[in-house]
Amino acid sequence: MRDRTLLQRVVGSTALAIAIVGCSGGGSRESTEPVALPASARSQLRAVQDFDRIADRTARSRALFVEASRVLTHPRCVNCHPDGDVPHQGIELALHDPPVERGHGDRGVAGMECAGCHQDRNQALTRVPGAPDWHLAPIAMAWAGKSAGAICQQIKDRSRNGGKSLAQIVAHSAHDKLVAWGWAPGAGREPAPGTQEQFGAIVAAWVETGAACPEDD
Amino acid sequence: MKIKINGVERTVNVDPDMPLLWVLRDVVGLTGTKYGCGEALCGACTVHLDGHAVRSCVTPIRRADGKSVTTIEGLSKKGDHPLQRAWLDLRVPHCGYCQAGQIMTAAALLAAHPRPSDDEIDASMAGNLCRCGTYPRIRAAIKRAAGIPETES
Repeated sequence: MRDRTLLQRVVGSTALAIAIVGCSGGGSRESTEPVALPASARSQLRAVQDFDRIADRTARSRALFVEASRVLTHPRCVNCHPDGDVPHQGIELALHDPPVERGHGDRGVAGMECAGCHQDRNQALTRVPGAPDWHLAPIAMAWAGKSAGAICQQIKDRSRNGGKSLAQIVAHSAHDKLVAWGWAPGAGREPAPGTQEQFGAIVAAWVETGAACPEDD
Repeated sequence: MKIKINGVERTVNVDPDMPLLWVLRDVVGLTGTKYGCGEALCGACTVHLDGHAVRSCVTPIRRADGKSVTTIEGLSKKGDHPLQRAWLDLRVPHCGYCQAGQIMTAAALLAAHPRPSDDEIDASMAGNLCRCGTYPRIRAAIKRAAGIPETES
């Protein structure tokens, strides 16, 4: 688990580097210079307008996805997009305790279903997190340990995104109630960066600029 | 709120966020369901909500409104559910405190998988802790209740 945690952190910091350096357009001397984006705290997201300074549309799209990936690779999101059959938990991506399994429908197994413990909202006193239809992302949507570029390709692939169109991806990002939990995790848990509204706007801007994917190193 | 508990319709007037466990034990008087950890980590408080195993210590009673709850007292009319018979035959309990929860989880498992594999038993029972370590007997009793020969895994 420690290796995975480390990898996750590496992916996170790499993402920021791509956001700043990967925006060069090629051609003129000016356009090859990296475009500096405003600094952003770990808990914040840059605004869509911050990316307007990237003239090249494709480069802007890639940078927008890298920004979105700061949410996608955050433990609040990755924990339920595991690359195995056991969810993770905590900021350190520990394996879920009690030891639950995804089961055939990604909602646990008989006698040990997600909803056996997780309610439709956070439980303040017991600290058990909750949101409507609490469940794991299907294994095809595993994000744990993946780069921003790999997650981008995955999200665009209808065979690996639940058959969603890009418009549906935008709506899912901006409005889904289980996704929303990432910004309201309760019990002192660190929320995903920014707000769901900001995240939805970034994903929408990424789609509007061509839904380009970052190229991994 | 109206809840059918072990087949009997009941009306309960309590805080909607009161855990189902305390409604069962303190309001209705069914004390077979045990309080273990209070955080859904041990399984001692497991009951069925519309046939699904839930940890009653973290289940607000509002979730049970209009639904059916089954506790260990209602699993069978005469305490003769195949699991209960197997539990007696194999003398599964030691101190016994966790066993109501163990049996309720096992009953949910057998309802979904009448002849579970060892892996299925382990996955379903993984959230029910037994400080006495009766796990081998629990697994054997589940297999006996399912009619699986003891030599078959």
